[in-house]
Amino acid sequence: MNLKLLFSVSKSLLFARWKQTLVAAIGVTFSITMFITLLSFMSGLNDLLDGLILNRTPHVRLYNEIQPSKKQPIDYAEKHKNDYNFVNSVKPKNERLEIYNNGAIINVLKKDKRILGIAPKITAQVFYNVGAIDLTGVINGIDVEEENRLFMFKDYVTAGNYINLKNIPNSIVLGKGAAEKMMTNIGDVIQVTTIKGERMQLKVVGYFQSGLQDIDKVQSYTSLSTAQKLLGESNSYITDIQIKLKDITLAPSLTIEYQKLFDVEAIDIQTANSQFETGSSIRTLISYAVGITLLIVAGFGIYNILNMMIYEKMDSIAILKATGFSGKDVNLVFIIIALTIGIFGGMLGLLFGFSLSALIDQIPFNTAALPTIKTYPINYNPKFYIIGSIFSIVTTYLAGYFPSRKASKIDPVIIIRGK
Amino acid sequence: MSEIILEAKNISKYFHDPLTIQVLKDINFSINKSDFVAVTGRSGCGKSTLLYILSTMDTDYTGDLYIDGIKMGNKKEGELAIVRNEKIGFVFQFHYLLNEFSVLRNVMLPGLKLGKYDEKEIEARAYEKLKILEIENEALKSPNQLSGGQKQRVAIARALINDPLIIMGDEPTGNLDKKNSEIVFNIFQELSQVYNQTLLIVTHDNDFADRTDRIIEMEDGKIISI
Ligand SMILES: Nc1ncnc2c1ncn2[C@@H]1O[C@H](COP(=O)(O)OP(=O)(O)OP(=O)(O)O)[C@@H](O)[C@H]1O
Ligand SMILES: [Mg+2]
Repeated sequence: MNLKLLFSVSKSLLFARWKQTLVAAIGVTFSITMFITLLSFMSGLNDLLDGLILNRTPHVRLYNEIQPSKKQPIDYAEKHKNDYNFVNSVKPKNERLEIYNNGAIINVLKKDKRILGIAPKITAQVFYNVGAIDLTGVINGIDVEEENRLFMFKDYVTAGNYINLKNIPNSIVLGKGAAEKMMTNIGDVIQVTTIKGERMQLKVVGYFQSGLQDIDKVQSYTSLSTAQKLLGESNSYITDIQIKLKDITLAPSLTIEYQKLFDVEAIDIQTANSQFETGSSIRTLISYAVGITLLIVAGFGIYNILNMMIYEKMDSIAILKATGFSGKDVNLVFIIIALTIGIFGGMLGLLFGFSLSALIDQIPFNTAALPTIKTYPINYNPKFYIIGSIFSIVTTYLAGYFPSRKASKIDPVIIIRGK
Repeated sequence: MSEIILEAKNISKYFHDPLTIQVLKDINFSINKSDFVAVTGRSGCGKSTLLYILSTMDTDYTGDLYIDGIKMGNKKEGELAIVRNEKIGFVFQFHYLLNEFSVLRNVMLPGLKLGKYDEKEIEARAYEKLKILEIENEALKSPNQLSGGQKQRVAIARALINDPLIIMGDEPTGNLDKKNSEIVFNIFQELSQVYNQTLLIVTHDNDFADRTDRIIEMEDGKIISI
């Protein structure tokens, strides 16, 4: 009953100054609109840029690196066990890049519940032979289906059908940049040479475009078996095991675990691509900072208007108090006014923010570097809407808090005597 | 022996700005039910100050104030608001209506705040009060569409809405011309005689004072005759 009365008093005060009220509400609407749009767009952009690398990067990659052994023979000698042994000019011995015993490793990994999938891979240094010139390149032998399932291989094969890589023997998907240099078309046969001098003819079945020029100039893909044939290795030869996890945050700890368990080199995605994460988090930070600044400015607008309203309504407040409204009632009246402005302005802001981001989502955005993107990227994360509405309510509440308290402290005697 | 509605015991009041001066000096008196009392005295003798204390709006005083036999001294702000709402009707020199509300709504507000009746009933009662004051035809107007005398009558209707124990007025006719003053005074008299309403009215107008039941005369913060 009492609350209903306070609402009706608030309503009357609001409508008595509806122009100012509208201006205040528009301020909130504008800031929430910009907040939502900015964050949706920025985070869409972030996802896109991250996706460029992170989608296609294994969360954990197991590999073998040619490097000198950490333990030299002398370290094994019983006699010098407690000594410091210095060995100069240690060189790596002629080792292969193969992951030994990879079949067993894969079997163990397949049983690990934390893992979403495993894709074995072979990387091989090659030269693409173009007439008299050799271009350096890297051929990735992949398990086509797993690679597609885990790393969206299909999305990046911009011409030709990716599955032909599996179905047609001795086929290759060429990096777009490399293909342009070699001036080949789909269906052509190209020749590659391995670093050991072996040559092989491969049929081009598609182009691959990652969006990163440097990669597209060198990288190409073949099936695992083609790569093994090219290198003259057995069908158990694998140089990398790519692991995708269910929870990406576990990557660093699992990396250490696998390193110990399998005695191989391992790297996690966070370490491999730390610069991307830094970029994303800074972009996100900037968008939040701008959005929140807008809201605070809107908050000051509300604060001003309420202060003015209270100043103007001093007599009315005094009368309300003289006729039996308590300080708490008066306080509530102005808090209700502030929150009404915040809630209405904020809700409209969410709506406009959504519309504006939907509009941006329709604007064509074509770039050779990003084959899968046709329009500007927008992330419709409900999180932004929740943060936006919470913020609009909190700032308007804070903006209303001090003026309301001032109103509740007005001494009716001073006002009435002052006339 | 009639029932005491309001009692002041040893009430003193000081102002500290710019110098400490004692504005009220040991005020003692009581008002019985149905009394129609006028408070008079020279300008600056402390009449308004006393009235603000008696109406519980000013709490910065020494001594004791009893309203309806209950001591006001140690009540909190919120509790005093309830006392004002329920037991006191106040009429000011300036009418102080809320322009955001219609005349009717202005009269209803204290009733809605009290919440003793539902809204429909409060509206009916507000009409009743406006009828007593012969301004029921203006009920749906905005206060700033009324004349000064009409506004003051609306303010009296508002003071009456919760059937208060006592109506207090600080020069309610001070801002009106002779004719309107007469109307307002007649209303007070009618309230007193017909409805047995208790009234405590501060006034400068000696004609007015002479026609009440009882005059409290003040000088220099003291009561010189009751
Ligand atoms: N806030 C204040 N600070 C200091 N002195 C004050 C204050 N308010 C009133 N006074 C003084 O208190 C005294 C009594 O004032 P009060 O308003 O009660 O007089 P009054 O009898 O109502 O006069 P009037 O008939 O002119 O309305 C006056 O001398 C006035 O100057
Ligand atoms: Mg006075």
